Amino acid sequence: MSVFVLRRVLTLLATLVGASVIIFLVLDALPGNAAQMLMGADASADAVRALTVKFGLDQPLAVRYLQWIKGLVVGDLGNSYVYGTPVASLIAERLVLTIPLAIMSMLITVVLALSAGIYTAANHNKLGDVGVMSLTQIGIALPNFWFAILLVLLFAVRLQWLSAGGFAGWDDGIWLGVKSLLLPSISLAVVQAAILARVTRSAVLEVLREDFVRTARAKGLGKREVLWSHVLRNAMIPVMTVMGLQFANLLAGTIVIENVFYLPGLGRLIFQSIANRDLIVVRNCVMLLAAMVVIVNFVVDVLYAFIDPRIKVHDL
Amino acid sequence: MSSPLTTSIDAPVATRPLAARGFWGRALRHRSFVLGGALSLLVVVSALLSLVWTPWSPYEIDIASKLRPPSSAHWLGTDSFGRDIVSLLLAGARSTILVGIIAVSIGLSFGVCLGLMASAKRGWTEEIIMRFSDFTFAFPAVLSAIMLAAVAGPGMVTSIIAIGIFQIPTLTRLTRGSANAIWAREFVLAARASGKGAFRITIEHVLPNILSILIVQATIQFALAILAEAALSYLGLGTQPPQPSWGRMLNDAQTMLFQSPMLAVYPGAAIAIAVLGLNLLGDGLRDLLDPRLARER
Amino acid sequence: MADPASLIEVDNLGVRLNTSRGPAQAVRGVSFALKRGETLGLVGESGCGKSVTALSLMGLLPESAVVTGSVKLDGNELARLPDADYCKLRGNRISMIFQEPMTALNPMHTIGHQVAEPLRRHKRYSAAQARKEVIALLDRVGLPDPAKRIDAYPHQFSGGQRQRVTIAMALACEPDLLIADEPTTALDVTIQGQILDLIADLVEERGMSMILISHDLGVIAENVQRMMVMYGGTVVESGPTDEVFRRMGHPYTQGLFRARPKLGARKGTRLTTISGTVPELADLPVGCAFADRCPLAIDQCRAAMPPMIKVGAGHVVRCTRTDVSMAANVGALSA
Repeated sequence: MSVFVLRRVLTLLATLVGASVIIFLVLDALPGNAAQMLMGADASADAVRALTVKFGLDQPLAVRYLQWIKGLVVGDLGNSYVYGTPVASLIAERLVLTIPLAIMSMLITVVLALSAGIYTAANHNKLGDVGVMSLTQIGIALPNFWFAILLVLLFAVRLQWLSAGGFAGWDDGIWLGVKSLLLPSISLAVVQAAILARVTRSAVLEVLREDFVRTARAKGLGKREVLWSHVLRNAMIPVMTVMGLQFANLLAGTIVIENVFYLPGLGRLIFQSIANRDLIVVRNCVMLLAAMVVIVNFVVDVLYAFIDPRIKVHDL
Repeated sequence: MSSPLTTSIDAPVATRPLAARGFWGRALRHRSFVLGGALSLLVVVSALLSLVWTPWSPYEIDIASKLRPPSSAHWLGTDSFGRDIVSLLLAGARSTILVGIIAVSIGLSFGVCLGLMASAKRGWTEEIIMRFSDFTFAFPAVLSAIMLAAVAGPGMVTSIIAIGIFQIPTLTRLTRGSANAIWAREFVLAARASGKGAFRITIEHVLPNILSILIVQATIQFALAILAEAALSYLGLGTQPPQPSWGRMLNDAQTMLFQSPMLAVYPGAAIAIAVLGLNLLGDGLRDLLDPRLARER
Repeated sequence: MADPASLIEVDNLGVRLNTSRGPAQAVRGVSFALKRGETLGLVGESGCGKSVTALSLMGLLPESAVVTGSVKLDGNELARLPDADYCKLRGNRISMIFQEPMTALNPMHTIGHQVAEPLRRHKRYSAAQARKEVIALLDRVGLPDPAKRIDAYPHQFSGGQRQRVTIAMALACEPDLLIADEPTTALDVTIQGQILDLIADLVEERGMSMILISHDLGVIAENVQRMMVMYGGTVVESGPTDEVFRRMGHPYTQGLFRARPKLGARKGTRLTTISGTVPELADLPVGCAFADRCPLAIDQCRAAMPPMIKVGAGHVVRCTRTDVSMAANVGALSA
């Protein structure tokens, strides 16, 4: 393992531990007795006491935290306070929707953003550049859930091509599932793509000004060849950084968008659990989302090393 | 196209027509500054106006006149509770701006302090502050708001705090980055050589020099705060009824999508106008306050 | 002056660039011809138009640049040639070495890949053929252990080594004309001589023509047969290098010569400078661009651009006062 990767792994672990402490403090220590919250103020003291013992909430804070972490490592997240079923399986059911949704919208984002960014940079200051850039300026200003509602208005209410919400599941063929995630992922992607397109454009423009671009042209390479073989790889570093940061927003976005389209994903689960005061579910969901964000950014960091030879990875 | 060539051809010159014209002279010629300023002003004026006057009361429910189409009495019609849309939009601007200002103030005060501290002290202080802001990135506003709402219950205060916390890391990083650049400049070295302490140098030299960058970023952060507030209110985690808010209006409108689709259009357009205005204003300010940054784009 | 023996022929070249301060006539009325195997030096301060002249030969000016006049390679017009056709010449028949070896190479590709690019493109070499040729080229330019180093990235080399790599790249397709734009300015003094010697050897060995651009009269004196001095976008003096150094005609050339730091000068000797600053290309005067800084300027100099005056064999000077300037001759010997 190189020093670079080792450092990143340590940072990753430290970040995960830090996040788990904060989540635990906010969602377990701060609310006081979850059993009391669950049963309401007029519950009998004996009943609350019994439930407290049942959930293991009578144990000291540190013990409860360590038990949680141990559970996270072995995959046992405890049982829902409300349903009594394992939290892990509750979450797994929902991830079947949320993960494909996140992947689809990230794909759409990348395709839209890279093509728009490269197109505008290659046509710097021409009509196409100005036009697309104005569109992205508007795109950035759109709240994604409003854009989602507009899409529903157009495709579900007016044209009636797609349904206004709900999830078809994966059992009746992949296409039906993808179809029901189409509008949600587009509405998540368009706003993110607007930001990423601007980043891509300025990154490409920056690299186009580099000396080695002129060297490549002096060798007889055409503008298009220089763009593809010399410019893009250099421009990918800032673009990937922003993509990693956007992933956090994307996951947060899924929570909102799942509510717009009534999709039974992780976001809906969190909401139902908040309404049910099912804090153990909320805690694990939030931890999962935070961990995904941190891990994706870790992966981006390590990917740099593969893209940029100046970062040493020979013994990765 | 600006090539490396043109810079070598720019020999030093005596006349700089741009600098001579003064801030407002240049500002009023700057397209995105003017457009962004006008849109932002529209939102601010709406919010102020709603304090003294709205066509109808935004709180008054009148089921008898629900879902009316636009008319001379109700310019944009009424919602499913019979409330006047124009009045709701005006009063909604108030909540938006209130949440935005407080959240950005929280972000600015913590972010700038932490950033300046990291930059002045360096070493472990800097490392700890930056690692901390690194992992705060893992908690977007919606996630912190969800955590807070789960324990403290949803509401305007919850959303303000959540959005404020989410602003801190960005502003910390920006402050530290630009402050570090100032610390490396000669006049700061001179000040240190003359025996001034880190605190005085920060107040007297560093802060004034990064102020324009902070103003620009605060504008952009304001826009982000508005988007976050709208999302939280839409989810029911932010501003609570009967207090009008644009996000809440969208949530109400969504249930009426088939009956009166336009109800879902107005509040979203209001959010988009406010955010677009602030973003354009920020871009304009960046060009006007820091020509060096503008050229890099 | 259609000389069939000329490899490159530039006639009344003009380049107008869009700068941040409005349009600027970066090059005006530049004419010269270069025979096969001949070497020419372009000398002047930064912003005098020498690099712009070079880039216009390469067809690499910014899109907004307006080029007038004519540039011919073997009698074929190059000015305003479509980019696709120009690409077939660049790196193939005309090559260029740039000033900054640290940034002239793409940090993301191996040097082998970058040197092979012109070979694969112009000569349609296979990867294996190109690799063999690249190793030979790198060996020729003096890069140690080329077979091993071919897969290394630019950041693993020193500045001098990188400049050797860019030279290998420029020479890959055995061009007819090599343009070297301040090839040693960014390098350590100790390396400068080695690189210049390498270039000179290669030019002779392969019978190439070369245009060497420098602000350093010493570099020009030692490396080229003919030289042109540029000022404010025009050629103010040109001729065989020996001849020009023997009898400098233009007050600007003389000033440049006096302003160079001299080895072994007595301590405390003040470095002579040319007073005033280089004129802004965006608003050049009607007359001689140097008039405002010239000790010999008279009203006539400011009224109109002086014509080229012949002062010796192939030696011309754009100055109306050569009678005075060359009488008080400040040639190499008297300085």
